[in-house]
Amino acid sequence: MKSVIKTLSEKLRSGQITSVELTEKYIEAIKRVNPVINAYVHETFEEARRDAEYADRLIKEGKGTPLTGIPFTLKDNIATDGELTTCCSKILEGFRPYYDATVWKKLKEQGAVLLGKTNMDEFAMGSTSETSVYGAPLNPRNTARVTGGSSGGVAAAVCADIAAYGLGSDTGGSIRQPASFCGIVGFKPTYGAVSRYGLIAYGSSLDQIGPMTHSVTDAALVYDAIKGEDCADQTSAPVHMGPTALNGDVRGIKIGVAKEFFDGINPQIKGAIDAAIEQYKNAGAEVVEVSIPALKLALPVYYIIACAEASSNLGRYDGIRYGYRAANYSSVDDMITKTRTEGFGREVKKRIMLGTYVLSSGYFDAYYKKACLIRKRVESQLAECFEKCDVLFAPTAPVTAFPLGYSGGNALETYLSDVCTVPVNIAGLPAIALPCGKDKDGLPIGMQIIGKKFDDERVLDIAYFAEKSKLCELEDVEGGVRL
Amino acid sequence: MKYQLVSGLETHVELATATKIFCGCTTAFGGAPNTRCCPVCTGQPGALPILNKRVVEFAIRAGLATHCTINTTTHLDRKNYCYPDLPKAYQISQFDKPLCEHGYVELESGKRIGITRIHIEEDAGKLVHESGFTFIDYNRGGVPLIEIVSEPDISSPEEAREYVEKLQLIMRYIGVSDCKMQEGSMRCDVNISLMPVGSTKFGTRTEIKNMNSLSYIEKAMAYEYSRQAEILDNGGEVVQATMRYDEHTGETSVMRTKEDAQDYRYFPEPDILTVVIPEEKVEEIRASLPELPTDKLKRYVNELRINPANAQLLYKYKAVCDFVEKAISLGAGVKNTVNLTVGTLYSKLETEDDKERFNLPVTAEEMAKLVKLADEGKINITLAQKTLSKMAEEGKPVSAYISESDLAGVDEGELEGICKKAVESNPQAVADFKAGKEKAIFALYGFIKKATQGKADIKKADAILRQLIMK
Repeated sequence: MKSVIKTLSEKLRSGQITSVELTEKYIEAIKRVNPVINAYVHETFEEARRDAEYADRLIKEGKGTPLTGIPFTLKDNIATDGELTTCCSKILEGFRPYYDATVWKKLKEQGAVLLGKTNMDEFAMGSTSETSVYGAPLNPRNTARVTGGSSGGVAAAVCADIAAYGLGSDTGGSIRQPASFCGIVGFKPTYGAVSRYGLIAYGSSLDQIGPMTHSVTDAALVYDAIKGEDCADQTSAPVHMGPTALNGDVRGIKIGVAKEFFDGINPQIKGAIDAAIEQYKNAGAEVVEVSIPALKLALPVYYIIACAEASSNLGRYDGIRYGYRAANYSSVDDMITKTRTEGFGREVKKRIMLGTYVLSSGYFDAYYKKACLIRKRVESQLAECFEKCDVLFAPTAPVTAFPLGYSGGNALETYLSDVCTVPVNIAGLPAIALPCGKDKDGLPIGMQIIGKKFDDERVLDIAYFAEKSKLCELEDVEGGVRL
Repeated sequence: MKYQLVSGLETHVELATATKIFCGCTTAFGGAPNTRCCPVCTGQPGALPILNKRVVEFAIRAGLATHCTINTTTHLDRKNYCYPDLPKAYQISQFDKPLCEHGYVELESGKRIGITRIHIEEDAGKLVHESGFTFIDYNRGGVPLIEIVSEPDISSPEEAREYVEKLQLIMRYIGVSDCKMQEGSMRCDVNISLMPVGSTKFGTRTEIKNMNSLSYIEKAMAYEYSRQAEILDNGGEVVQATMRYDEHTGETSVMRTKEDAQDYRYFPEPDILTVVIPEEKVEEIRASLPELPTDKLKRYVNELRINPANAQLLYKYKAVCDFVEKAISLGAGVKNTVNLTVGTLYSKLETEDDKERFNLPVTAEEMAKLVKLADEGKINITLAQKTLSKMAEEGKPVSAYISESDLAGVDEGELEGICKKAVESNPQAVADFKAGKEKAIFALYGFIKKATQGKADIKKADAILRQLIMK
């Protein structure tokens, strides 16, 4: 793992390259690489060139931050004033918001350069990015494989270095799982640590924006730039506002290992994580066995709560105010029905129906209410774990990247592949996914380091040990900028 | 009457906060369509609601003023339904944990109408149907509302009217709403059922939606009573339904029945955290409440000894009460203050709105000065009325109309002389008075008033006159 942001930032500050020049390099690389991997769905090159000029001025005036002048990408569900924001759904065809998401506003002020919006599962519903209306992005490490999802476009763009970093969103693993499938770093902060304002909602009580980067160092730099309480998001919370200190000193830390995370896991994945834990142990970390009996329940709880919230969040797409509208209709009701029928994809419809069902009178208690109770149980069992350890180590996914098209015929298996990531969202915890090896097919294996609420900086620091000690070095994918 | 009417009201009251419930847009009525809205109140993708603290405070005020208990830990819920005026396809409201519960409103008779609950929620936009098109104006979307739900304690249209009037009065007193039914800042849904007199088992109810005038409420209830009574008389069954009232025909008609009732799929609003209100905040709001209308009316009659008719005229308008009470606190006598206000000033306050706002350029300070002159007999009541009338028209102080020399009045010696002249020049009146005609003395008063240009103190003159005549 190398810090791309640090390298580029030093080149910019020392005048070896300007942001305008750097931006053109990325634009050129996107034009070359993107037709193959389909990471970007909306290019914002004009915006990028303006941003780069602004960044060069900031740098000249000595007002730069580590992110100033560095080209990056946003997942297509993060609102950008005047630029297409479609959640990769037909129903938001042509939609350009007239407001910025708080994270983009913060980055823009610092002179970050937005290259474009990246591919994703429609409304972030999926684990392979194949439900995108623009077609699936391909995994740059093996184009016969999926990127994972839902933030698959960001993962592919960063992996191929046609973006220095990106912001994804994570409702049930949508940052961490594609990061692992593509062999990059993905960090999901504590729920509330980063503002959700402008993130188009899927499951509001689970959604969280976070960085997807080449390294842990980069993840910390990006996290520092976007974190903090926001007066436009009542669910955001105050956090430590200084820079995250990365020492990678793991002496005396207690790593919790819960066997429930490893049930039914591909042995190659278990082996890679065991080996990583061994390295931490050698550096002075202690391993404690913990148990989270309710862990397996997190998956059904996730699908009930996320779908319930989604069914309500997606009610607003009626063709009246923005986005797609059906062409022929006889009345308002007919227009709304046709718009939704034509505008939403199959997976989204499935989840809207599931969510509507679990909230319906007569079923509410049996599903939604019970799910909320179990959610509390999962939360408290995880909290109990953190009385015995500092962080939990777990796989990111029980599998490596699926072959393209595989999940279509194996929907249940795909749903089940979220088993390691959803408990983190259910409990609102911070977790980082980072590469820890490869399977026999050469596909990256990811591991997760999970912390307690608002222990984000600790999680990053403990992950930094892996970067510092070169625990796992994956080769670069060719074709990107690679300065 | 064969059937007892049983009714409960759901009253929506728009709160008079400066900004909307979940964003910073103004709540002002009117404005060009869709100019008073933003990403939040038009439900743009990614926008998030921020709960306006003033809305919570106003709702607590309303709750305390209607004797409710306040749930200091509460949350908001989503009520999901699809309609073009509701841009998120859900209304943020409260379901199982309303902010206020278990209160009452007391009627003149002393009967209490129970308040089941008061909760906060957002208003929807407005559909405007014009030349075959439907337009949507979201200016009203996100305006804060409280919904006040009463117990089925109302037994007649008259009681319903009084209950709504009392609610209006209370909400205006505590400053949370202007409760203008014609502008829609107060609207009622009326639930009605009938049961045989003497029974305790409620019949099937219907709900008449969106009533926006007191007289329509009364008329609609009366109509619905006879409609249901007729059904029952014929051995039929009332069907549970939501009704609309047609103002032109005076009839109610069915909008939808229970079968197609909506399932709102309520669940806790994940975008807004649990609302925790410190006990001290509730007490602070309680302490800041003004005297409530019913208490004021009682105090006016029992303590200030204002006659009940005048007390009724005054207590409905808090601004008038504030004016009267301040003048009294500055030393003006109660009787003259009240009489001058109700007699002279009310004729200048033509509309309800004028009275509501005490829309006159007379200050309590100047009123007190004037009343004190009358109290002390330095001017008579007629002059006081005339002066006050001019003050109300021209907005000038008392001193602009009554000078020092006017106030010098007529000294005792001079007054005696004038009284003598009065007796001498009106022999017939004197004779009549002696013969027992009390009223004959008015002729003498008139003479004195004319001779002194109204400056004489008639009470004093009266005493002198009687002495002279009886001598």
